[in-house]
Order: sequence, then C-alpha cells, then structure tokens
Amino acid sequence: MDLAQLQKLATLSRLNIAPDQCDALAAELDNVLQLVDQLQAADTAGIEPMAHPLAISQPLRSDRAEAEADRSAFQAIAPAVDAGLYLVPKVIEE
Amino acid sequence: MSNWETVIGLEVHVQLATHSKIFSASSTAFGAEANSQANAIDLAMPGTLPVLNRAAVEYAVMFGLAIDAEIGMTSVFERKNYFYPDLPKGYQTTQLDKPIVGPGRVEIELADGSKKSIRIHHAHLEEDAGKSLHEDFHGMSGIDLNRAGTPLIEIVSEPDMRSAEEAVAFARKLHSIVTSIGICDGKMAQGSMRFDVNISVRPRGSDTLGTRTETKNLNSFKFMHEAIALEVERQIDLLEEGGRVVQETRLYNGDSKVARSMRSKEEANDYRYFPCPDLLPVVLSEETLARLRSALPELPDARIARLAEQFSLSGYDAAQIGGDRATSDYFERVAASADAKLAANWINGELSAQLNSAELTIEQSPIAAEQLAALLQRISDNTLSSKMAREVFNALWQGERDVDAIIDQRGLRQVSDSGALSAMVAAVLADNSAMVADYLGTPAEKRKKKLGGFMGKIMQASKGQANPQQVNQILLEQLQALEG
Amino acid sequence: MHNLTLTETLAALQRGDFSSRELTQALLQRIEHYNPQLNALITVTAAQALAAAEQADQQRASGNAGPLAGLPIVHKDIFCTDAVRTSAGSKMLDNFIPPYDATVVERLHKAGAISLGKANMDEFAMGSSNESSFYGAAQNPWARHCVPGGSSGGSAAAVAARLVAGATATDTGGSIRQPAALCGITGLKPSYGRISRWGMIAYASSLDQAGPMARSAEDCALLLREMAGHDPKDSTCAEREVPDYCAELSQRSDLTGIKIGVPSQYFGSGLNEQVAVAVRDALAVYESLGAKLVEIELPNSALAIPAYYVIAPAEASANLARFDGVRYGYRCDNPQDLEDLYRRSRSEGFGDEVKRRIMIGSYALSAGYYDAYYRKAQQVRQLIKQDYDAAFAQVDVIAGPTTPNPAWAIGEKSSDPVSMYLEDIYTIATNLAGLPGISLPCGFAQNMPVGLQLTGRHFDESTLLQVAHHYQRNSDWHQRGPEEFCQ
Repeated sequence: MDLAQLQKLATLSRLNIAPDQCDALAAELDNVLQLVDQLQAADTAGIEPMAHPLAISQPLRSDRAEAEADRSAFQAIAPAVDAGLYLVPKVIEE
Repeated sequence: MSNWETVIGLEVHVQLATHSKIFSASSTAFGAEANSQANAIDLAMPGTLPVLNRAAVEYAVMFGLAIDAEIGMTSVFERKNYFYPDLPKGYQTTQLDKPIVGPGRVEIELADGSKKSIRIHHAHLEEDAGKSLHEDFHGMSGIDLNRAGTPLIEIVSEPDMRSAEEAVAFARKLHSIVTSIGICDGKMAQGSMRFDVNISVRPRGSDTLGTRTETKNLNSFKFMHEAIALEVERQIDLLEEGGRVVQETRLYNGDSKVARSMRSKEEANDYRYFPCPDLLPVVLSEETLARLRSALPELPDARIARLAEQFSLSGYDAAQIGGDRATSDYFERVAASADAKLAANWINGELSAQLNSAELTIEQSPIAAEQLAALLQRISDNTLSSKMAREVFNALWQGERDVDAIIDQRGLRQVSDSGALSAMVAAVLADNSAMVADYLGTPAEKRKKKLGGFMGKIMQASKGQANPQQVNQILLEQLQALEG
Repeated sequence: MHNLTLTETLAALQRGDFSSRELTQALLQRIEHYNPQLNALITVTAAQALAAAEQADQQRASGNAGPLAGLPIVHKDIFCTDAVRTSAGSKMLDNFIPPYDATVVERLHKAGAISLGKANMDEFAMGSSNESSFYGAAQNPWARHCVPGGSSGGSAAAVAARLVAGATATDTGGSIRQPAALCGITGLKPSYGRISRWGMIAYASSLDQAGPMARSAEDCALLLREMAGHDPKDSTCAEREVPDYCAELSQRSDLTGIKIGVPSQYFGSGLNEQVAVAVRDALAVYESLGAKLVEIELPNSALAIPAYYVIAPAEASANLARFDGVRYGYRCDNPQDLEDLYRRSRSEGFGDEVKRRIMIGSYALSAGYYDAYYRKAQQVRQLIKQDYDAAFAQVDVIAGPTTPNPAWAIGEKSSDPVSMYLEDIYTIATNLAGLPGISLPCGFAQNMPVGLQLTGRHFDESTLLQVAHHYQRNSDWHQRGPEEFCQ
C-alpha cells in the first residue's frame, strides 16, 4: 500500500494519519491484506455471494407516525446545539 | 436551426406521501419545529436499526405499475457511503443493483400535439437527507434532521429528451402521474419533487453523447426550463470557442438566474456501495402486486380520455382538467350538478386565473365546487348573464357563500319574462324609428351589424338585466314583423 | 453466595436463604474490592442495583416475581442502557448516555434481573484480548498477567471472578466463545436472528449476535430464554417461537442417537497440544455418554478468517461512520472547518485497531477492489455455509476446540494484529454461517482453561444446550474457578 492509497483511505474514512505513522500503518494494513488475499485461491466460479445469514425477506412496518421525538433528551447529549439545531462548522457547499 | 442537438436525462426525487418515515415511525409532516421529528433512528443513535415502511414499498410499486414498468420482485437496499452533516448515519440507504422498479416508459405530449415516449431506466427507493441551514449561528451551520429519512423514489430517465420543453413536459407528466395515484402531494415549493437534470450537447447528426453536466436540485418547472436553457447555451458557447465541457455537478439559483459549478463535491467520490446488512431483501408476492394493480387510481391519460368522452369536452379542456387529479376531482364535483362544458370553461378560465394570481392550488380554492356549480346553474337557467356571473364569482371569491343570496342582494336577476321583454323591445323600436328605417333599408346580408345598436339601447333600458339571447330573438321577430 | 450459579441463586432466593438486597450488596462489595485491578467493569451502578434489588425482594414477597427476579448480572458495555453511560469501550462514547435501553437490557430487566454495571470490552468489539479497550485491558482471573480474551473480556472476567454469576455479551467472530474459553466459563452465541440487536452498538451487522455468559449451559439456557425472541424493532430478528430451553435440558436422559461431527480441519497444525488433549478427552466423555463421533470435513474453514477480515471491516466502516462529532459522543476541540471536525473527532475518538479496521473495510469496498475483496468474501461465505449444510446433513452438532491456544500474556500479541486475528480461527466460520455455538470448559493447558466448542444447526439452540448440559452433568471442569476468587 503506497502513501497515495493510504491518504485516499484516510480521506474516505475521515481519519488523520500522523506523518510519522504512515509507514507503520501501511505495513500493518499490508499484513492484513496479505491475510485476506488468501481468498483469491478459492474457486468461487458460479457461487452466489452471501450477503446475510438469514434467508428470509424484509418484514414491513405499518405506516403509523408516532408522537413527536423527545428533542431535549436527544440534544442533552449533543456536543453543540442552538435553537433546536445541531451545530457544525459552516457548510460551504451550497 | 442550431447546429447542435441537446440531450437531456432526468433524475427525479419524489417524496412519498407516507405518514411516517421510510425506516422509522417519525412523522413526515412538513414545517415542524427543527428536529422535533427526528427520533433515535433518524439521529443514527448507536444501536438503532431500520424497519421498512410498507406504504413506501407499495407507493413505489404503484408508480412502477402506473408507468407499466417491470417490477423488481426482489429488491435490495444498499448503503451509499459519504460524510455530510445532513446524513446522520454517514451513509444513505438506497437501492442500486436491484431497484424496486425496472425499465418502463412515460408518454409526453409536445406543443404541436405530437407524442413522444420517454424511457425510464429504473426507479428506486431511498431515504431523504436532512437540511443544513446556513443562516449564521455564530459562524456555524445548523442541522435540522426532520426531513432525514423521508421516503423518496428516485426516477431515472434515459437521455431521451431533446429540449427544455420536452424535459419540462416530462417533469409535468411525472408530477401528474404521482399526484394522480396519490403517492406524492406534488408540492414543489416544499421540495416534494426535485429534479436533477443531466445535459449534454452534440453536433446535430452525431450519435455519440457529449460530456454531460448535472444541474442538481431544481424544484420548479420554471427554474428547470431556465436552468436547461442557460446550461445548453453555456455548453454550446464553450464548444464553439474550441473549449470542452467538464463533467461536473452544477447548481442553479432561480433568484439570481445564475448557475455555478460544485466541483468540490466531485472530489474523491467513492461511495463504496454494499448491501445494507440491517435490512433483508424486499420480496413482493404476486398477490400484493395484483392487489395494488386493482387498487391503482385512474391514470392521467385514461382520465383525460374518459373526461373527453363522458362530458363531451374538447381535447384541450380534457387535457387541462384531466392532467391534474385535484382539478379533475373538482371538475367532476361541479359537473355533477352543472353543465360540463360551462364547468370546464370556468375552471380553466376564471377560476384558474384567480388561483394562479393568488398562488393557490385548486384544493385551497376559496370557492368550493358546489358553489361554482350553483353559480353555473344560474347561468344555464338564464338567471345570470355572463357579466353578472362574474360579479357573483367575485363575491364568492371574497368569501360570500350563497349564490342565490348574492343574486338577490345585488338585484342581479336577469329579466327573462318574454312579455316584459317584448314590451321593452317594442318601446325601443317605437322611440327609434330612424334606426328602424335604416335597418330595413339595409340589404339582408349586412343587417347583422346594425343589430348591435338596438341591443345596446334595449340593455340600457333594462339596466343590464335583460337576457341578451332572448332580447336578440324578440328583436329579430319584431323587426321582421315591421318589414312585413 | 458468590460461588452459586444463576440457577442455584434463583433457588436460594426462592427459598429465602438470602434476599436479593443481601446478595447484591455482597457482590457490590466484591466488585469494589476486586474490580480496581481486575478491570472487568467500566461502570458500576451500585445505587440503581440496590434499589432494584429491594424492589425485586418486594415483588418476590408479594408473589409477582419475574423469572429472574433479584438475579444480579452485568451487561457488556455495548448494550445501550437508559441513563447509564454506554461506551462500547471507546473514547468516542466515553460521554455517551443513551436515553433508551437495548431490547436485551429491557427484556432482562422485565424478567427481574438486576444490572450491577457495564462490562469492559475491546473497543467497538474489535479485538480478541480486551486490550483495545479505551479503559485498559481486563485481567484474566486465572492469571492476572494474562488476557481474558475478547471482545467480551470484561463479561468473562466478571463471571470467572465470581463478581456476578451471569453476563450479557456479543459475538461477531468469537467474542463470546473465545473469552469464555480463556476464562473457563460457559458462553453461548445463539443463531443469528435469535436475539434482537436493537440498542446493541453495531460492529458488523450481519455477524453480530448477543448471547449469555455464565458458569454452565444450564445458566445460559436460563438467560437465553429471556433474551431471545422476535423484536419488531430489528428487521433481522426472526419471528420464531422461543422454546423453553430450561425445560428442554432435562428432556434427554442420555445422548444415544446424537451424532457429533469432528472436523479434521480443527485438529491440524497450530493447535496447542495440551488443548488438543483436553478436547479429545471431552470427546471421549461424549462417546461414553452414548453419542457417536463422526469424522467430517469443513474444507473451506481456512478461508473463514480471510473472509471475515473483509466482511466485518466493510460493514464496520459504514456502521462507524455515524460517529462524526455532530449529534453525540466525542467532538474535537475548536474544529477549523467541517472536514477538521470529522477527521479530528474520529482520529482522536477511535483507537488504533478500530481505525485499522475502518480503513481495511473502506479499501475492500472501494472502486476497483469490491469484486476482488468484498464480493469474493461473500462468495467464500457461501462456500462456508455450504460446508456446514453438508456436515449437518450427517451430524447433530460439531465439536472441536474453541481456540488454538489458552490465554496469552497481556501485551504479547498486541504489536502483531494478524497473529491475534488467527486466535479466532475456530470460531469465525460459525458467525459467517449464522449458526449457534457454545464454549464449555473442558480442562487446562499450561494451567489455563481450555474451551470445547460445540456448533449447532441454525435456530437449534435446544440440541446444543442439551449436548452441552450432558457433558457438564458428567464433568466438573465448569465448577472449577480461580482459587483467589472462590474463597
């Protein structure tokens, strides 16, 4: 795993990697990838991927709306709120 | 004709009119206090899990049936991974490889009356995101998650449209379909339908597609038309100057009429879709499908045809009324006790104009269908002239309720007593012998023009209350008798 | 009192040998004495526990006691507990006090169980030693310098040290069975879909399953009966009847007719010799009880770890995206912008193992690698399930070692993640296939406990528990405890 790949993964995962940790982390991830690369030896031609251990279909809920959420209980544990809104540094996109 | 051909495809987000969210029991009602409709699931609290809303599934299937699409008997939810503050889980639960609605088609009618079929690639179920509010909260943005988890279907068309007009006709047709079958409230201003428009241009005659841009989140037909026109012009200018179009996402501002690129959103997009392990495949039974098919409300095309047939409406009137479920429901309530042709004229004319200028939907009309019907009855039975009828209409619009009371209070009753009218006509003719002589001296084929003068005097004598059709007839009879 | 099993304790409470309040007080005193070093519990809820115990005593006196009335337990700190901090062993959730209960917590509470606190665990259940906990590793009560296993290391240590007779736990790749084996207790991972995951903080949603840890199969049956059953809040919790596991235990007088599959792959290289001896001895006991041992093949079992280390991190990379510093949990100081808020909150809030797995998961799902990793792993998962289907056409349960080695020293493997991953070699396939598994004490290797693992058919916990119970009626390994804690 090269530095560019590592940085791309860090960005996708929203993690920072300290410059002095890059090499060690890349080596650790390489070790894991080496382990998982054993998969490549398996003959899986024609095998249906198994996404889930349960062979049942999705249950459906009836369309009934519940009472209002307890906003104050949820926001009591939030890092930053104002006027009922969760605050984040300015979103520049739009 | 331009040397360039425009190619347009649409991605349409339709909010489904369910009471609760797609994966939680929070209300989807619009306009509630911030975050009052965001429960633990919507907030992506640790350990919470989604359970799928049956109505959302059925509404999506109903759309598929309405456009005669293949229905995905087994559909699968996937996670689309990206970070954004309005996306609490850090992924959107959506469908990719196995959507609930497969290929179908929607027919649009163009201005020249010709028809065109637009292919639908697929439509899938997904959850809406919350909203970032950018008013200044001490330099911060505020996040409201009331909308997060509202069920959507995203309808993806093939790039089959060749002009802004076609794209808008297609968008209107979808609006008409989803509101007709009752799966969406159609309230564009509240974001119930939002359009992403993929636009490219190519030299006329070419069969390869040019590089496209995507203009996101248009929420009115007007803005959509403007945004397409602007983008087509921009791309053509760019290409004619020897430049090239960059694939990008753009945002159109309907107030400033300016579009801009959102390049940052394109950076390192890798959504890492995979099947959502908290949800199992959605399997539909033939029984469910049959039940939904038989319960499917009348579709716009069928309704337009039925209205034309049942009420002998013109193609234009039928299309105007039948295209919108609320309008046709209103029409049918009026036509139940009034003349249908008259009803169509008044709904498409006076009522529609007033609603437009007041920015009201027909469901918010201050004049109920039953009131309009009462008014139209008084036109049909000759109590009101069309001028008087307009006065009554205005009174109803202002909030008065009873048509006959309005007529009585304002003395608007039209005189239709033929004895009284005959005497009135005879008196006017006697008082204007010169006009009568002039009329009788005019060749028969040119006399029609002269009638207006008599009519004016008679109406004046009746203070506007004489029934004009009746007066016209009596006048002709009496003039003919004088000629005798 | 602390040496009694759950079943014995219930009988004693019923007889009035002591009250729940007396018992709770005694256990809280032990916790106060031992936990500062043992580190089995992250949070102790003494006041709530005593109040609940008093209430249970009153209910028992008035004759409307629930099936577990007054019985003290602890919950793995992965289960959300209303108004009690739920950390998942992470700095990210060190300040997280949920306003809701997990279904497991709610059900056990309704049955009358008393929660004494929240058990230590590997951060977000990612680990096999409890060393990735933000709160430091729990110790193994059999040898304080050794790991208790993981991720449910705190639950296992608390039960082994007789701080409590039963605990809840979760198992994604062995996180109940492996620490049960390393701590000499009994731990059951039920079938996927047997117990609701609502309120259980997700690691890998298609693998995670809650289960009980206790000192016997009988005690596990007692807890499972209350924990199991359909929950409309979890789409993946099956709508299936829950048998009376306790009553079914005694329905079988011997094991005649039971076929126990012994996979040759589980006795290959890498298996500690003393562990192998203990497990073979246990199999001999089964033969003597009338069971028939059948040699079977699970040809793809070597691929279970590689498949798991694609699937679990992939799911985790999405499951842990919600920890973004916006709505709850850790938020970095003075974020410069949105990206900085995300990146620093997550970098500072997550530990190294969690970050590694998030990145591996992102990698396996990213454009260009999905087919080679994620899709391939899902296909291998199918092959592994097919192996089990074939095996269970021949046998009723499958037996083998729970782990290749007994507990190792704290710090010994922490610099080499992959060597630690390999300790789960026998447990992971069960999760991939969604099957129930149980680990029972069956002897010692290097003076540390050894676990026998039994795997059953999907949703057939009854047979699994019966087969485990018969062994425990004919052996005493499960009655042994670390001397220091048994006095």
